[in-house]
Amino acid sequence: MSAATESAMPKPGPAMFKPAIYAALGILVIAWPSIGNDYLTYMATLILINVIAVVGLNITVGYAGLLSLGHAAFLGVGAYTAALLLIAGVPLPLTIAAAAVTSFCFGILFGLPAVRIKGVHLAISTLALQFGFFFVAQRWVAVTNGDNGLQTPQASLFGFVFNTDERLYFLVLPFAVLACVAGSNLFKTRVGRAFVAVRERDYAAEVLGVNVIWTKLLAFAVGAAYAGIAGALLAIFLRLVNPDQFLVSVSVFYLTAVLVGGRGSMLGSILGAVFMTLLPEMLRVGASAIVSDVSGYVGFLATAREFLFGALIVIFLHVDPRGLVGIIGKLGGRIEFRG
Amino acid sequence: MALILELCLIGIASGSIYAIGAMGFVLIYKSSGIFNFAMGEMMMIGAYFLYTGMVIFGLSLYAALPLALLASALLAAGMERWLLRPLLGQPHEVMIMVLFGAGAMLRGIAGMVWGHDILRLPEILPRKPVFIGDILIPGTLFWGFLMMIAIFGGFIVYYRFSRTGVAIRATADDQTTAECMGINIRGMFLFTWVMAGLLATAAGIVGASVNGLSPYLGNVALEVIAVVLLAGLTSIGGTLLAGAIVGVMLTLIGFYLGGAFQQFMPYLLVLLVMIVRPRGLFGTKLVERI
Repeated sequence: MSAATESAMPKPGPAMFKPAIYAALGILVIAWPSIGNDYLTYMATLILINVIAVVGLNITVGYAGLLSLGHAAFLGVGAYTAALLLIAGVPLPLTIAAAAVTSFCFGILFGLPAVRIKGVHLAISTLALQFGFFFVAQRWVAVTNGDNGLQTPQASLFGFVFNTDERLYFLVLPFAVLACVAGSNLFKTRVGRAFVAVRERDYAAEVLGVNVIWTKLLAFAVGAAYAGIAGALLAIFLRLVNPDQFLVSVSVFYLTAVLVGGRGSMLGSILGAVFMTLLPEMLRVGASAIVSDVSGYVGFLATAREFLFGALIVIFLHVDPRGLVGIIGKLGGRIEFRG
Repeated sequence: MALILELCLIGIASGSIYAIGAMGFVLIYKSSGIFNFAMGEMMMIGAYFLYTGMVIFGLSLYAALPLALLASALLAAGMERWLLRPLLGQPHEVMIMVLFGAGAMLRGIAGMVWGHDILRLPEILPRKPVFIGDILIPGTLFWGFLMMIAIFGGFIVYYRFSRTGVAIRATADDQTTAECMGINIRGMFLFTWVMAGLLATAAGIVGASVNGLSPYLGNVALEVIAVVLLAGLTSIGGTLLAGAIVGVMLTLIGFYLGGAFQQFMPYLLVLLVMIVRPRGLFGTKLVERI
């Protein structure tokens, strides 16, 4: 009762500015390609794709409390599905839908042996999927073309060809917005609340009539489906799919994004994706300020990146488990509750 | 027939390397309930420590080995003390994520310091092949196997009969009771990590002298995890048998079906154990099902 009246009343303070902030953000996002140059548009598209993937992982890890160490493999499944279908000449909307469905099914398949057992098994299963995916992508040359990967043809919709960075940006943008809206609305529904209930206390959730196994499986597979969409968009955007894009280090990347942004927070997913996409660029710019010719240090930078991602996971878990959202909340002098 | 026997012996020998790594795994899991996702990286870093001592500083084996062991013991102790202890009591996902992050850090350090090329350790194990009847076994593997068995035997004796071994087992059985009996639980956690670090280094050094040394040596973690799951997460002695089984399976599959399938194997095995028998072959504690 009291909770209902509380949420009905307009909250004082910063919440009053929320519509204004959203409107400003919306205008900025739509006008971005005309403000920025090609490079900025390119980076923004990459950020949007990562937002989709990070929201997905956050549903699995942050909201449902399940650990996935193989998120990159689900992106890979989506990317290869999309690339193969586009090469076969399947229309764009069907391709993206198929990528989501395939990744969803993979999520069910690989979650199934693990979610029944409490403990570390899901983490192991996803790690196994991560390594397994790489080997299949690398060795099943007849389908995946091995290390050379697949060239994705230019995507088009009703004769409209997505051939410039700006057009690709506007292809990805609706998906990213939809992913965030769907993600935050999910937790106002029965299913989404069941995710959180299972995270908090699975026995209690079961007593309340939640089917724990099905809920866990669904949370895991929904995260995978998000990754599938992100993977498909990545294949369309980069026009190339190869096994090296979906290594363990990429899974570390997404896990870091969730932890840095904030577990169980939509805003956190967005912040995490922005921060983590820009971090390697900052690293590159920082390195080129020190060394004049960066090209000799590409391998070094890649490992430095992996070290940095690992360090960020460790630091954020120790210092502020709520991530950037928690830090912003502290700076704003109020406590934001997750969920 | 002789060929199959030869492959089996090679498999058992290479399985013993996984078994030692798995033993460190189980030791930590038993005493503190933490699943060490950075075990493969600890093996790799230990081998790099020895490489640094012998090749970069030009020390002899007898000087470099104790230094490498000391360095990895310090590393393991530091990980326990600074990474995990502040998070004690948090959900296990948090522990796994921290260790996963620590593994990425170790891989990054190895890549930055020693580069990505596959390095060769100096010949610390004789390369000359060993003949048993008609059967030929590569020398490094044979002597590595003997070393692993010696370490395994020594550790089991220590674990069963020494005062510290009893204290570790008491901690594993029941932390509260162990603490009431005057056992320093935190000290035990630290000690098991140091032991696991030493075991990982031994396994890493032998593994690197058989297969070469690179930051990707840590990927052997999946084979080690397969052994751990097959043995059942809580059985120290079981890791040797599970290691032999996994080793033989890997070698036979690698020979008859090719290397790609060999790398695919541990992954299938992990899933299979989870579906068919989640508590493994020798696991004592019942796995909590939902």
